[in-house]
Amino acid sequence: MTSPLQQKLKVHGPVVITANRLGDGAVVYWTAAGAWTTDIAAAAVATASARAKQLLAAATADFVHAVDPYVAPVELSPDRRVLPGNLREQIRVSGPTFSLPGA
Amino acid sequence: MYRYDEFDQQLIDERVAEFRDQVRRRLSGELTEDEFKLLRLLNGVYLQLHAYMLRIAIPYGTLSSEQLRMLAHVARRYDKNYGHFTTRQNIQFNWIKLEEIPDTIADLAGAHLHAMQTSGNSIRNITTDHWAGVAPDEIEDPRIWAEILRQWSTLHPEFTFLPRKFKIAITAAKHDRAAVKIHDIGLRLYRNGAGEVGFEVMVGGGLGRTPFVGKTIRPFLPKRDFLSYLEAILRVYNQFGRRDNIYKARIKILVHEIGAESFAKEVEAEWQSIKDGALALDPAVVEEIKSRFRYPVYESLVDEPAELKAALKAEPRFKAWFNNSVSRHKRPGYAIVTLSLKPAGAPPGDCTAEQMDAIADLADRYSGSEIRVGHDQNLVLPHVRQRDLAALWRALDAIGLATPNVGLVSDIIACPGLDYCALANARSIPVAQELTKRFRDLGLAADLGYLHINISGCINACGHHHVGDIGILGVEKNGEEYYQLSLGGRADEHAELGALLGPAMPYAEVADSVEDVVAAYLELRERPAELFAETVKRIGLEPFKERVYAAR
Ligand code: SF4
Repeated sequence: MTSPLQQKLKVHGPVVITANRLGDGAVVYWTAAGAWTTDIAAAAVATASARAKQLLAAATADFVHAVDPYVAPVELSPDRRVLPGNLREQIRVSGPTFSLPGA
Repeated sequence: MYRYDEFDQQLIDERVAEFRDQVRRRLSGELTEDEFKLLRLLNGVYLQLHAYMLRIAIPYGTLSSEQLRMLAHVARRYDKNYGHFTTRQNIQFNWIKLEEIPDTIADLAGAHLHAMQTSGNSIRNITTDHWAGVAPDEIEDPRIWAEILRQWSTLHPEFTFLPRKFKIAITAAKHDRAAVKIHDIGLRLYRNGAGEVGFEVMVGGGLGRTPFVGKTIRPFLPKRDFLSYLEAILRVYNQFGRRDNIYKARIKILVHEIGAESFAKEVEAEWQSIKDGALALDPAVVEEIKSRFRYPVYESLVDEPAELKAALKAEPRFKAWFNNSVSRHKRPGYAIVTLSLKPAGAPPGDCTAEQMDAIADLADRYSGSEIRVGHDQNLVLPHVRQRDLAALWRALDAIGLATPNVGLVSDIIACPGLDYCALANARSIPVAQELTKRFRDLGLAADLGYLHINISGCINACGHHHVGDIGILGVEKNGEEYYQLSLGGRADEHAELGALLGPAMPYAEVADSVEDVVAAYLELRERPAELFAETVKRIGLEPFKERVYAAR
């Protein structure tokens, strides 16, 4: 999948704003309350470009807590839970797809 | 080993203090990410999918046991207990926290390790033959020249912000184990017809989006002119290399666009103005650097001692490992031992902290406290007494480092891919894991002979897929992982880029397709000794294409 860092902002379906936490690089999501969380379930979900742009602008303005925010696709489960929308985002949530050597 | 001087240590210590301050200013919000990014890239710090990554330089692939223990410490203290050896003789840690990087690099500095020249648009860590100084087919130790380049390039004011990153590799052996032809500058040290030793200078090699094999612009360069000529190349590149388009900024594009001949003329003109100046190399300076390389005090021994012969007779597993992973050494009675970091089912090039510590102990005991890192993502113990080989093998076997697959089909080179890398299209490591499982039959692997599979997760080609016998490139199709296969590449003195086999295939079909290619080779080779690359050259892609695509 083309790196989202290189994509234009087109929104088809639900999206969230995600980034890496500045201090430790952990994956974080922008919430409706205007803060970062490590829990994708707590992320603000946008379904239209205008809203996504608005969230992205707010998230980008906070450059002290997170790095390189971008718009990432999500899926909503039947019970409205927020799930990563592609393999890349899945890996960002759950880590590499194999067991780590030092574990 | 090379003994650094006080100046080097001071430089590293200053760099740690400087970066500590920069990290502090970033964390407090004094610096924006744009401002900070340039600084972190001068210090080997990348941001990956789920964490920062710290890449540490291992100049010319040489590590002391003390340094390897320090890497084990970093893995344990600051990361998840392992590190990943890369195709450029570096090591990277994948789970580093920015907040802890200043302490990490301060610890590393204590063992004279650092992360300079591992990122950014600089002259990167100079690479060379991982058998340097011990290979029977080399004419002198190429690390001396790599070290001269390191000193020249580390703080060179003109070359800190080049149009793009710049990679240099050196070999001094007949057989090129350093892949010099796929570097921005490749250097081959050899003796000419007149008996003088000098360099063949190649430029414009490289992989990535637009791959090229390097072209020779000077067939013979006397040692005296080594630095002035390289400076001239860098100046021409710095002046004419494109800064407007990141995809066209590497020197290979410049060489391709203006032609190797005109490029050589530009270099020549620049060189004439500086060749007799301060950069002309004084043999005394070369001697001084040479004297800083320490070799173990070799004993006078004979080849094939009785202990070795007896063990070979008694232990078939030892014999299989000996035949595969042990190579001839310059000195009689000694051997070069390769430690495969590619056991079946494991991520290529990964090494745990426990393994690092154990290897450091074994290096102390059996290899003059020295370890080498190869671009094939394996490690080497360069000075092992042949009489110790059986004991060493037993110790390696106990920690999973004696898989006898060096250079064989399961000795796969793979980049981190989508499991770690923010630029990736597709995963590399699970593809490698699956293939190492499919080819875990070492009898079959030995029958196949030298056959390298290289995997990259995107067109940046960190897994060198263009020069694998079988190259696998991750691409993207409608949001799914797809892979292109290419065949017939090689990175040695006969360097060649592989040719694309056909349309990309989904993840689930890659391992089957590679098995088909390998089965076709087994049937189609003229004789068992015909290498895979030779068969591809002789019969072309068509028979392989049929085999792979007819079934699907
Ligand atoms: S080849 Fe691409 S995916 Fe692999 S490490 Fe390099 S940039 Fe990342």
